[in-house]
Amino acid sequence: MNELLNNILFLPEQASTFAERVDSLHIFVVTVTMLSSFAVGTAALYFFFRYRRRTAEQMTEYVVPSVKTEFLFVSLPLIFFLTWFVIGFRDFVFVTTPPKDAMDVYVMGKQWMWKFSYPEGPNGVNVLHVPANRPVRLLITSRDVIHSFFVPAFRIKMDAVPGRYTQTWFEATKPGTYQILCTEYCGLSHSKMLGEVVVLSPEEWDAWLKEQRRGDLANRQDALADLSLAPPPARMAEQGQKVAAEVGCFKCHTVNGEPHIGPTFLGMYGRQETLQDGNDIIADEAYITQSMMDPGAHLVSGYPNAMPTFQGKLTGPQTAAIVEYIKTLRTPDIRTTGASQGPVYEPIQQ
Amino acid sequence: MSPSSSSIAAEPGAVPAPGEHHEHHPSYLVDGTTVKSWLLTLDHKRIGVMYLIWVLLFFLVGGIYALVVRFELLTPGPTIVDAMTYNRAFTMHGVVMIFLFMIPAIPGAFGNFMLPLMLGAKDVAFPRLNLLSLYLLLGGAAIAIWGMLNGGMDTGWTFYTPYSTHTTTTVAPILFGAFIIGFSSIATGLNFIVTTHTMRAPGITWFRMPLFVWAMYATACIQVLATPVLGLVLLLVVGEQLFQFGIFDPARGGDPVLFQHLFWFYSHPAVYIMVLPSFGVMSEIVATFSRKNIFGYRAVAFSSLGIAFVGFFAWGHHMFVSGQSTFNAGVFAVLTMLVGVFTAIKVFNWVGTVYKGAVDFKTPFAYFCGFLYFTVFGGMTGVAFATASLDVPWHDTYFVVAHFHFIMVGATIMAFMAALHYWFPKMFGKTYHEGWGLVSAALIILGFNATFIPQFLLGNAGMPRRYYEYPERFQTLNVASTMGATLLAMGFLITAIYLTYSLVYGEKSSANPWNSRGYEWLTESPPPTHNFVGPQPVYKDEPHFYVDPEKAEVPDAV
Repeated sequence: MNELLNNILFLPEQASTFAERVDSLHIFVVTVTMLSSFAVGTAALYFFFRYRRRTAEQMTEYVVPSVKTEFLFVSLPLIFFLTWFVIGFRDFVFVTTPPKDAMDVYVMGKQWMWKFSYPEGPNGVNVLHVPANRPVRLLITSRDVIHSFFVPAFRIKMDAVPGRYTQTWFEATKPGTYQILCTEYCGLSHSKMLGEVVVLSPEEWDAWLKEQRRGDLANRQDALADLSLAPPPARMAEQGQKVAAEVGCFKCHTVNGEPHIGPTFLGMYGRQETLQDGNDIIADEAYITQSMMDPGAHLVSGYPNAMPTFQGKLTGPQTAAIVEYIKTLRTPDIRTTGASQGPVYEPIQQ
Repeated sequence: MSPSSSSIAAEPGAVPAPGEHHEHHPSYLVDGTTVKSWLLTLDHKRIGVMYLIWVLLFFLVGGIYALVVRFELLTPGPTIVDAMTYNRAFTMHGVVMIFLFMIPAIPGAFGNFMLPLMLGAKDVAFPRLNLLSLYLLLGGAAIAIWGMLNGGMDTGWTFYTPYSTHTTTTVAPILFGAFIIGFSSIATGLNFIVTTHTMRAPGITWFRMPLFVWAMYATACIQVLATPVLGLVLLLVVGEQLFQFGIFDPARGGDPVLFQHLFWFYSHPAVYIMVLPSFGVMSEIVATFSRKNIFGYRAVAFSSLGIAFVGFFAWGHHMFVSGQSTFNAGVFAVLTMLVGVFTAIKVFNWVGTVYKGAVDFKTPFAYFCGFLYFTVFGGMTGVAFATASLDVPWHDTYFVVAHFHFIMVGATIMAFMAALHYWFPKMFGKTYHEGWGLVSAALIILGFNATFIPQFLLGNAGMPRRYYEYPERFQTLNVASTMGATLLAMGFLITAIYLTYSLVYGEKSSANPWNSRGYEWLTESPPPTHNFVGPQPVYKDEPHFYVDPEKAEVPDAV
């Protein structure tokens, strides 16, 4: 019965403890709404028909409501509304009060991706791994504009506000993959700011954690390499790919030759580009660097001026590494999978 | 409130026999035919007609943007425009429809025309201010449209900071335009308040005012009290963008949520600036077409004031998931419910008005049916939204879009269309074709449902608003919605055609074609320049008093 109603109402599957609570109130409210609308509508239609005008000159009686009638008009909706309020507010308190034993995950919204970091574990972009049947508290903030973190299957949502942390929590009830959407308009690629929550069973979660710890060790070596301002040239491209994934280049630039929001990285280095002012320019190191720092300066024809500046957000070596990485993408046979398709791990910043 | 006499509500003061006074008192339409006599007129009726022409034009512009948005959403990926154009289109759809159509439409066009007539006055209290408010609207619109054509804006009509201060699109002129339009709204409101207080004809006491006047009065109070807040907050955003004030930008120590508080402190009451006039229109229409006194006149009148008052204390329900305290959410949730209670009082009393009435199912009444349905459904979903826990999944999804289109747009459009048909003979002295009226009303109501019911379901399914691209599972419902929008557009197109035709070739209407007892019908249609010819009408009873003289002494309380 419940499932049937959920299908009629197009509700997504219930995958958290909060989802069931919300849905039962939802169904209660919808039922009352429908029934009372139907009652009012039927009464109105009956009156329209029963009291239709019979002669052009017809007069009517003077009818006024008694105090009892007016009292009924006020109290009937009030009773229903207050009932919904009480249940709804109780559930709202439930979802705004994380349990004390909840596991913490930091969430940062950023045009146009979600970054997750675990106090004791790895970081990730756009994919959030959590264990099933364990409360997870999300501490949410934003790096630029307001975003809103929404998982329909969990029925939770919380704004990511720059300059402050907001929090919400959930307890996933079954393993699976659930979509994360951004619901606060945040610019050009608002609708592409998607991510997913991967809910793992306890065993899978332990295995995943172990895996991450291993990767973590490798990352630590990278971190050591990072200390040198000039990483070994052979590793720079790899480093660049990582940085590019981390700062979100792949949200707008593909590496497989398809134009997206920005031009593809494939074959970009050394290419002759036509600019919006009609001039041509060769995409060399200087141009690529300038485009990262002052993206609007020389826009390639056919692309919007949508890229944020990375001035101050990338260090010199990081910029250099990205340029080196783009250089490696010269021929179609050097294809690299866009790193934004999976989580990217970076060293834990203690 | 009992009928004080067995006579009819008011007697036209020596209604001139057709033609008798005609040479000496031409209708306002032909009293001066130069362009200047229109553009510089101080006659509230001409100003109302000019408002009508402009808001219809803005409605067309906003409607075209709406169709761009809807057709873009036919497929999950890019369909007809690129992402930036789409973002600009939904922003301009919102800005144009709200600031240039919904807010000025009924007060500007019908309020201006009818308010003095309903109060037995010769004009509004400040005719020059009235003309100024029209030109402020047009001036603000011109600046905003200049901004639209020179870059446009992609923030959504809510202008949330810090996005609006960081976007590279042209925000400043459009916000400045909206700021100026705000003054137009304030001036209109002020004018109506003073007119209602000082210009009532002898016999029109507060409780004999037509309910349209009550609704306009409540609306005017909101306009005067809330609009300045919007004006100031828009100026702050412009300052923030141009001069880096740092009021809302956290990087400079500001608070982005402060903007939301200030913005919704106007924009939530603004919803009632849009719907209260339509409640007023409908009170008039239901009485006229069911030929019945308003059931619970005082309850309907006071609930308008109640909505206006409580409307000021409900803005926080836009921010349940913005990180405000849980306690705040509870307070705003309860206060929002009260709006629902006041609206319910109105709905019950409208249905009660039909009870023992004599219903004539003409086009305005068809719109009343649609209105009743949109108000109940839109209002109920509003209360559902105010239920804090349900707001969490629904917030900023298509459910919101569907809800506010139902109540703000559905109800207002129904009232606007109803008013247009109901007062068409009054304003222009012509009749329209009833058959076409009913057909287009049916099309519009059907189209509206077909557009927005799928959007309720989209919201349930979790589709966020302002999405240029969407996951494929949402496509079926989006296609249904776009089909509905097409139907809706066809309905409006038909209306535009037959009303324009009637304006030129329509039959001449009698002075009171509906046999209404509304006060505005006590003069000729179209009225002469100074509204009434000869002695003032005598107002002895509440408006819309259709009692059979023999039964007048036995009020029947239900």
